[in-house]
Amino acid sequence: MNKKKNQWKAWLYLLPALVVLGIFTVWPIINTIRMGFLEGYNSAGERLGQPFSFGFANFSNVVGYREFTTCLGNTLLLTVVTVPISTMLALLIAVALNSIKPLKKLFQTIFFLPYVTNSIAIGMVFMAMFSMIGVVPGRDPDSIGIINTIIEAFGGSHIDWVNQTSSWGANFFVLVVFIVWNALPFKILVLLGGLQNVDKQYYDAAKVDGASRWRIFWRVTVPLLSPMIAYVVITGFIGGFKEYNSIVGIFGDTMGPNTQPGKWNTMVGYIIQNVSGFQGRASAAAIILFAIIFAVTLVNLYVSKKKVHY
Amino acid sequence: MSDEMKKLNENDASSEAQMTSEGEAVAAENDVIAAIARRQRVKKVFAQIGLYTFLTVMAVIVIFPFYWMLISSFKTQPEYNAYTPTLWPRQFLWQNYKGLFVDVHENGIVIEGVADQLNLGTLFLNTVLVGVVSTILSLIVTVLSAYAFARLEFKGKNVLFALMLATMMIPGELFTITNYVTVGATGLGWVSHSAAEQVTTGESFRAFLALVIPFLVSVFYIYLLRQNFMQIPNELYLAAKVDGTSDLKYLWKVMIPLSAPTLISITILKMMGAWNSYVWPNLVAGEAFKLVTVGLRGAAFKTNELINYPLQMAAVVLVTLPLLIIFIFFRKYIMRGVSRSGIKG
Repeated sequence: MNKKKNQWKAWLYLLPALVVLGIFTVWPIINTIRMGFLEGYNSAGERLGQPFSFGFANFSNVVGYREFTTCLGNTLLLTVVTVPISTMLALLIAVALNSIKPLKKLFQTIFFLPYVTNSIAIGMVFMAMFSMIGVVPGRDPDSIGIINTIIEAFGGSHIDWVNQTSSWGANFFVLVVFIVWNALPFKILVLLGGLQNVDKQYYDAAKVDGASRWRIFWRVTVPLLSPMIAYVVITGFIGGFKEYNSIVGIFGDTMGPNTQPGKWNTMVGYIIQNVSGFQGRASAAAIILFAIIFAVTLVNLYVSKKKVHY
Repeated sequence: MSDEMKKLNENDASSEAQMTSEGEAVAAENDVIAAIARRQRVKKVFAQIGLYTFLTVMAVIVIFPFYWMLISSFKTQPEYNAYTPTLWPRQFLWQNYKGLFVDVHENGIVIEGVADQLNLGTLFLNTVLVGVVSTILSLIVTVLSAYAFARLEFKGKNVLFALMLATMMIPGELFTITNYVTVGATGLGWVSHSAAEQVTTGESFRAFLALVIPFLVSVFYIYLLRQNFMQIPNELYLAAKVDGTSDLKYLWKVMIPLSAPTLISITILKMMGAWNSYVWPNLVAGEAFKLVTVGLRGAAFKTNELINYPLQMAAVVLVTLPLLIIFIFFRKYIMRGVSRSGIKG
């Protein structure tokens, strides 16, 4: 009919979205790349007419900073450790949930709870649980906190998990526990959804063959669920590389115990720290982050293409 | 025989064994069958006990932080700070909740409470305002774009849609850097990043704009709604056209009601997003328009130089509770939206 008129109308419908996307998505992509490749760029300097030359200095500088390599190391380590743990735990919980009838809804609701909470607020609760009060070297603390109380009840002795004398390993343990706790609900939800769609006849066949539960889990459940597992692993990696809120939740803006700020800073934390003064550096770090996420996603997709059973 | 087979299949524990003995029912064999069936039943009971134990242990671990936050918020500071904390408060006190809104002064110094620095009421109001306005605007923009992509024909539609989807791969932090400059004095002038570029008149309104506008369009929500719109049969649209219904009216009367569940999911996720957002509001709005998470994390809950954990936990309870209540009422929509997005908010 009147195709011309429709064309015009379609663009009108899209106009608000395109304007906002243009300013806050397309322009940032262009500008961030520009800032990343202008050596030592900062927006205040540009306003004063300071010239910046094109080059790779931001990237080489950033990679050279110890601060940045700490952030990169923390991010990689936390991701590589938490993603497998949370995926495995979520898989076990999902399978267990799928094989019970009474109380299933109740358990499902409980396991979803961490998702609907503010991860910074609940991080403060984790901090409170692990924290000791009145920690002074050479003297017993005033209060050892609830987690240490539980540990002592089982015959262990208390540890400084997150306060000033806390060790790297103790901090790491707390962060892993919190990140896994936080990551479980989404993974359980997706995997349980996948399990409910699995055709029951596969299990019946396995049972007729006399396969053990363990064998059924590895030989039937895991292969049939592999597309969902691949999905949770990929989103888990992407989320892991963007880790920031969990650490702010536990340690606050200092990104580490009070006496050791920046100890647990992450890639995103590094970018945010540099946003206000050193946009060139921040842009270079953001481009590196994007490259890592992109590469990991490609590898994941490649591996899952080979391993995933559809 | 076929009836018998059916019955046997129902009792799957013994069906396999019984099928082999079909025809010649020897007494000894029946005993073996009974023994196998019994053993399998015992095995099944043990497996069930194992499953429930595992799930209960995990559930306790998942719930414990909520429990600890709740009971701690009713304790006194000395009780909380005992060497070995109590698992149940000696007495349930509301004083911590009161301390969030009213300070107790002594010689001009706050000895109990954080009301002077936390302003929880203002934080809630600000956050709800940002949540509601950004949700409404976002829904309008999303519906219009999804409609254009699902129903209208125009040149470059598929290319544009693919390009938009491609932007979803880029981590949001990459946008943050430029957007920080964009909303500053050199750009749109919504926010002052330093004293030198002070934006004074209507400061909180401008900060509000900086919180709402950059995140109005979510490509993912457009994608979600477009998929939903495409499921609505085209015949409906043609019929409406024959009746002389305008596009907008058709959108409003037919498509929106039919995709209500998706719209509800988007609304809830968007509200949750405002409630949980930290990085961007902390970066750009600061004091001018403080949101709840920023205020909560930034407040120093200190009494006598020590962190007042019960007071802090009371604040955390009040921040966490609204989301839990929403979850109880809209469980279905939240889970549906979440399983497809994999993102918070």
